[in-house]
Amino acid sequence: MRRDKQEAQAQFNRRTFMAGAVGIGAFAGIGAQLYNLQILREDEYRVLSDNNQFSFRIQLPTRGRILDRFGETIAENRDSYRIYLIREQAGDPVLALDRLARFMPIGEARRERVLRDLARTPRFQPVTIAEGVDWETFSRVNLHLPELPGVMPDVGEVRTYPMPAAFAHIAGYVQSAPPEIAGDDPLLRHPAFRVGRSGVEIARDAELRGSAGSLKVEVNAFGRVIRELPEQSRPAEPGRDVALTIDSEVQRFATERLGTESASVVALDVHTGEVVVMASTPSFDPNLFVLGIPTREFRDLNENPLRPLFNKALNGLYAPASTIKGVMSLAALRHGVMRPGERVTCRGSVQLGNRRFHCWRREGHGPVDMHEAIKVSCDTYFYEVASRLGIERIRETALELGFGQLFDVGVPMLSQAGGLFPSPQWKRARTGQGWSMGDTYNVGIGQGAILSSPLQLAVMTARMATGRAIEPTLYPRQGPVEFPRLDFEDAHIQAVHNAHVGVIHEPGGTSYWSLGGLGIEGVRMAGKTGTSQVYSISTEERARGVRSQDDLPWRLRNHGLFICYAPAEEPRYAVALVVEHGGGGARSAAQPARDILRELILRDPAGRSGIVAARQAPFDLAQGG
Amino acid sequence: MPVFTQTVPRDLRAKLFELNWAFVLLIVLTGSIGILMLYSVAGGSWDPWAIRHATRFGAALMVMLVVAMVPPRMWMSLAYPAYLGALFLLVMVELFGVTVMGAQRWIDIGPLRMQPSEIMKIALVLALARYYHDLPLEKVSTPGGMIVPFVIIALPVGLIAKQPDLGTAVLTGATGAVMVFLAGLSWKVIVPGIVAGGVGAITLLRYGLEEYQRARVMTFLNPENDPLGAGYHIMQSKIALGSGGLTGKGYMQGTQAHLNFLPEKQTDFIFTMLGEEFGFVGGIAVLVLYALILGHCLLIAMSCRSVFLRLVTMGVTTTFALYVFINTAMVMGLVPVVGVPLPMISYGGSVMFTVLIGLGLILGAHIHRAAEPPKGAGLFG
Repeated sequence: MRRDKQEAQAQFNRRTFMAGAVGIGAFAGIGAQLYNLQILREDEYRVLSDNNQFSFRIQLPTRGRILDRFGETIAENRDSYRIYLIREQAGDPVLALDRLARFMPIGEARRERVLRDLARTPRFQPVTIAEGVDWETFSRVNLHLPELPGVMPDVGEVRTYPMPAAFAHIAGYVQSAPPEIAGDDPLLRHPAFRVGRSGVEIARDAELRGSAGSLKVEVNAFGRVIRELPEQSRPAEPGRDVALTIDSEVQRFATERLGTESASVVALDVHTGEVVVMASTPSFDPNLFVLGIPTREFRDLNENPLRPLFNKALNGLYAPASTIKGVMSLAALRHGVMRPGERVTCRGSVQLGNRRFHCWRREGHGPVDMHEAIKVSCDTYFYEVASRLGIERIRETALELGFGQLFDVGVPMLSQAGGLFPSPQWKRARTGQGWSMGDTYNVGIGQGAILSSPLQLAVMTARMATGRAIEPTLYPRQGPVEFPRLDFEDAHIQAVHNAHVGVIHEPGGTSYWSLGGLGIEGVRMAGKTGTSQVYSISTEERARGVRSQDDLPWRLRNHGLFICYAPAEEPRYAVALVVEHGGGGARSAAQPARDILRELILRDPAGRSGIVAARQAPFDLAQGG
Repeated sequence: MPVFTQTVPRDLRAKLFELNWAFVLLIVLTGSIGILMLYSVAGGSWDPWAIRHATRFGAALMVMLVVAMVPPRMWMSLAYPAYLGALFLLVMVELFGVTVMGAQRWIDIGPLRMQPSEIMKIALVLALARYYHDLPLEKVSTPGGMIVPFVIIALPVGLIAKQPDLGTAVLTGATGAVMVFLAGLSWKVIVPGIVAGGVGAITLLRYGLEEYQRARVMTFLNPENDPLGAGYHIMQSKIALGSGGLTGKGYMQGTQAHLNFLPEKQTDFIFTMLGEEFGFVGGIAVLVLYALILGHCLLIAMSCRSVFLRLVTMGVTTTFALYVFINTAMVMGLVPVVGVPLPMISYGGSVMFTVLIGLGLILGAHIHRAAEPPKGAGLFG
């Protein structure tokens, strides 16, 4: 019995030792894994731990302003009141919205959008309920905040355009970056960040945008910020301001002057090529786009036949019509096909083969020289000039003066905005037919296939006025510029110039009775009307009583064009203006163009002191025919 | 062998004199680490965990000392009734238990909410020890001597696994198995048993597990597969430990713990937090502390004269060791997450009392190591 007991004790002790050995092995394994994790792989886990602990919150940069030539603000940022909801603190989001709806209107569509956003956003992350809230609503919500768990009011920056209609096309607008542009860029994906989507805003986006800063923050496992570490953060770098050459006061004047017409105007400083005015009407409010334009409003804008979203000053293309007559004259003088005093007799039309080419004045102008021909805009004279020059020589001079060229003023424009100046090669490629003398006749009076934009017409005007190959730009020149001289004799430039002055200031000139001048004592101007044919009234229609443009529907009426520059003695500003379907240029385009030119001269910093008195003088010539 | 010459102390004075004070000191030290860590978990506050942990630990220490004073004969006579009572409660849980987080583990008895599986941990050890105490050594490996322990172990393990509480079931089953081994089961039975057990385990893994249990096993095998699911906890725990390095991030400076990347840091993952804040040095120190306690337990077991006290001591020691091992191995990603607390350091009342009652039994075994209760005194003798 005793021995049996001792045997049992011995066996127990042996087995206890074995169990202990297993235990020691197990503990050694634990210790080894601890050594592995904490000593061997410390660095690796330290990185993972830091990644958990710290996070970088993006700091939005303040967008640069857009300024006019005098530093007036075209685009800036203002405080925007936003209201967010954080689901984590709000409880049931439907009830939270119901509570909030007592203090601010929440439409059905917005409610659905918020609930959808909440469903796919982490619980702790704020979801925008409303942006651009007015101050009254914002303060009301703030006041009742204790009753509104999860509601978070916030002040951020939003882009604003204080002169919306005047600058909608030039400045453009900003919007949230669409997903295909935003990609994975955290700045672009930020709900409060906006990128340029048109105009200067997109063209100079890189400068305006600035660069995002980052704020190092300590976050917990739910992503909530526990602590900010500003000393380890990089502040956002604000975007740079961008100055334009536009004179915002005249720009606004021009926009108002064009009113409800479908029209556009470009005014250039003829020495620097700086675009001082570039307006297109009707316009729109770019502020609508910043916070997301309602679909219906966008559709209305987009489907409006007057095309408010379209920048006609850059992209609108029209036949230059009679405004090309200066170009024809310069080409004729350069090649010596017509002496300045040489007369061509206008009998109202000329016969070419079996086609009859009419002068706008059915009864004819009688014998006219070049000065007279430009002044009265005689078509017959220029049929003759065109036939003597031939299309190649016309085309050469026209291209030198700016036709068919795409001028990059520094905002996005359509690739076809370079317009078209036809050539025999072009016609053959396009229609398969050869060039005819009839085509040359048409080009001679600025009709036919020629397409030019108001910008090109303004450049042409400035080049004719100065004899230099000026280039247009929307951004101020750094330092003085000297554009190369065009290959015209001074006497020729002078002759054509005199004729353009005659259009306004000599009896018989097409704009003598309607304008008669700038309306500023001692300052004369030069100009030329143009009527770009849209639809030709057929013999049948004529028989049915459709006699004049007024009998046609709006969209078939002629475009009215006017180019002008002043002061005549020392040209400073050139203006080109097109009123779509406005009828004749003398009727619809001349007066607004002259008024804009007058405003420019009056506001010209160089000459302001001398002519400011004239501004106050009675001025009633605008009522003329 | 001087231990055998000793007499069994009878009065309280003598018993207190015989108390293993070094062992008690180690236990107090461990519990204090728990208080220290729970103070840190709350971000430097006694509320809500540290103060309650301290109170419970103090109370449990008292209970431990009382248990240590009780003569082993009393435990022997209590063994079977306690086992049957615990079994009854387990059945009651199965029928009327309160479901908490998908598992029926708790039962309400009047104002008391208790976990019968915790009582069973002690009761099973007592019942098995009592059975082998009464069984002559040569009958241990006979079919009759094997079937009764098997039933004694299998019934509660089955009931606990069904709750489902995989961790406790494994813990209880393993404790029973170790006790059978220490009771002297023949190797001729053990070796085929292990082979059969292995086959059985694989079969169970394939077909017998609940979906959540299988998912746990699978994520354990490949935690990086599922970084925000169940594997997320293991991953974050490893990051916390690893980033602690040699000396840790400093007391109350554990970023993983305090920024809530670490789950259940006051209970199951408290060792991770300790490793993050005190580093490898702190982690090893705690492991050494446990090893010292366990070493003491082994020495006490071998010094006992009766089979009952030896097996009770080793049963409790096994449970205790398994707690420590499963918990630490779990937070380091060595075994699946099964929800086993770290004894005396993790927050939680039930387990604290179970562990300290068990340690009280061991202290008692040390005091009464010379006692030789008679065999076969009947079921309630």
